[in-house]
Amino acid sequence: MTMEKKVNIMVVDDEEIVRESLSGWLEEDGYHVEAVESGRKALERLPERAWDLMLVDLKMPGMDGIQLMDEVHKTAPEMLVIIMTAYATVDTAVKAMKKGAYDYFVKPFNPDDISLTIRKIVDHHKLVQENLFLRKELKKQYKLRDMISKNEKMLEIFDLARTVAKSNSTVLIQGESGTGKELLARAIHDESPRMDAPFISVSCASLTESLLESELFGHEKGAFTGATVLNRGKLELAQDGTLFLDEIGDISLKLQMDLLRVLEQREFRRVGGSELIPINSRILAATNRDLAAAIAEERFRADLYYRLNVISIHIPPLRDRREDIPLLVDHFIEKFNIEMGKEIRGISEGAVRILMGNDWPGNARELRNVIERAVVVAKGNIVTESDITLPSTTSDVNHRTKSLEEIEKAHIRVVLNENQWNIVRSAHALGIDRVTLYNKIKKFGLKKEGAAPKG
Amino acid sequence: MGECLMATTRTMPPIPVPIESFEVRRNQYYSTKILKEMLGNVPKDALKLLGVTDKDLCIPILTYVFGEAQVGGTAAVVSLARLRQEHYGLAPDPSLLLERLRKESLHELGHTFGLVHCPSRDCVMYLSNTVVDVDTRGRDFCRGCETVVASNTATERRR
Repeated sequence: MTMEKKVNIMVVDDEEIVRESLSGWLEEDGYHVEAVESGRKALERLPERAWDLMLVDLKMPGMDGIQLMDEVHKTAPEMLVIIMTAYATVDTAVKAMKKGAYDYFVKPFNPDDISLTIRKIVDHHKLVQENLFLRKELKKQYKLRDMISKNEKMLEIFDLARTVAKSNSTVLIQGESGTGKELLARAIHDESPRMDAPFISVSCASLTESLLESELFGHEKGAFTGATVLNRGKLELAQDGTLFLDEIGDISLKLQMDLLRVLEQREFRRVGGSELIPINSRILAATNRDLAAAIAEERFRADLYYRLNVISIHIPPLRDRREDIPLLVDHFIEKFNIEMGKEIRGISEGAVRILMGNDWPGNARELRNVIERAVVVAKGNIVTESDITLPSTTSDVNHRTKSLEEIEKAHIRVVLNENQWNIVRSAHALGIDRVTLYNKIKKFGLKKEGAAPKG
Repeated sequence: MGECLMATTRTMPPIPVPIESFEVRRNQYYSTKILKEMLGNVPKDALKLLGVTDKDLCIPILTYVFGEAQVGGTAAVVSLARLRQEHYGLAPDPSLLLERLRKESLHELGHTFGLVHCPSRDCVMYLSNTVVDVDTRGRDFCRGCETVVASNTATERRR
């Protein structure tokens, strides 16, 4: 009975009689119409509603119709603008159309012309809505819980993850830092029959050997100095649920041995305890290291590797699935809109081009950080080139001006700082032996930052 | 027409078209000003007032209108000028003119009952900007629009 009421039309004209008669006529058609008298007012009202169409007078005091259209298109590039004018000149018509006007009407309009044009816009509006709906539907298929991709390899991984979620097999997830190894582990847990039991994550790299041991196995009261109460370890906390061992490639050989025993016997003892506690948790492990190489260098036990690697999933880096970048960008924008209460509608083509061209050494996590920043600094409701800051671009530029030796020195300093100057771990991370690292520190004259100068 | 609106109808003595509604440059009459004039002449017992004129009507932004109404208001006006076959260089057809006038009047009065244009071609509330549209659309309200008219009539009568 009524037409699509959701079509919102803004009329901008300095003449009251035009505003009145045009709104009245459009209202008979069932549209929501609001009329304002100036470009400034129009810009004020712009964020209030999802406008589908603006009918803008060309000649207005202050900001004219084309200036207004330019301003509107800065923040809403998809806005349909019809320019109205009392004087038809080919020049202004051509100018308006070139600047991106949807159509150009000479006042007074033939009612049939404007009806037809608006009908076309309503149909267009329907198509856009339908498109959005279909895109959302499509996205559902590209999703595994919080992970999103349309890359073929990733979709295979999603399928595999859904399948293995139903089993109790140990899964080893490999992939560069920031590719979403923990997200995948969580997804496997959430898709599994254990979903209502806890998902416990342990970052093996962040703890020293003895701390990690007590963190994993827990300890009895009095097991060591300071152990004043009984403490249950992560293995116990993950009972019936999932234990996720992140950065498994970083644990010591002794802990590797202990862990292997737990995996084989499905039971363990708390530190300082004698009681054997059976475990019923599912183990997932992840690493960004090349475990095969670590095995060759005898830094990782082959038997533990095979025990963990029952099912192996390798997440490809973002640069090998660039088609996911726009999808991830939309996903992150949506997420940050909700978190920050912003209303970013999308991203400019230029900004997407920049993002697509980057290599993303920090993968999806790095992309997420860049989008988070962009959403914070974006002034309009579109993320543009100027909102994008790529951390790696600046370092790339620096690299180009530096010698190989300088880059080596800088990299060693970064790794040492990351590992609190622990030589064993730093050497491990750099893939060189301790003696070599000592020699490099000496050669480059590296010093622990914040250390008091001698003498 | 009264049947469609579930109302009785009465013809009033003519009122002159207000001179200020004349648009010299366009040689047409501004329908909104005619509506305003009519609003001062609504009898107390009338729910709606329909004006019929020979003058060619327009609003400032449109080259012509067949009629105008206050959506959800009291007054509506229709013009005979562009409903006549003579306007298009054809021989007069009084019965066709009467049928067009009936449809246009019902359409504009429909607006006064709060109706907006209907997407159904079979409904008299379907938008028509040409006589071809007027001739091809339905002559009565569709069921949806009829319901709106009925419920709004009931509400307005209670007041």
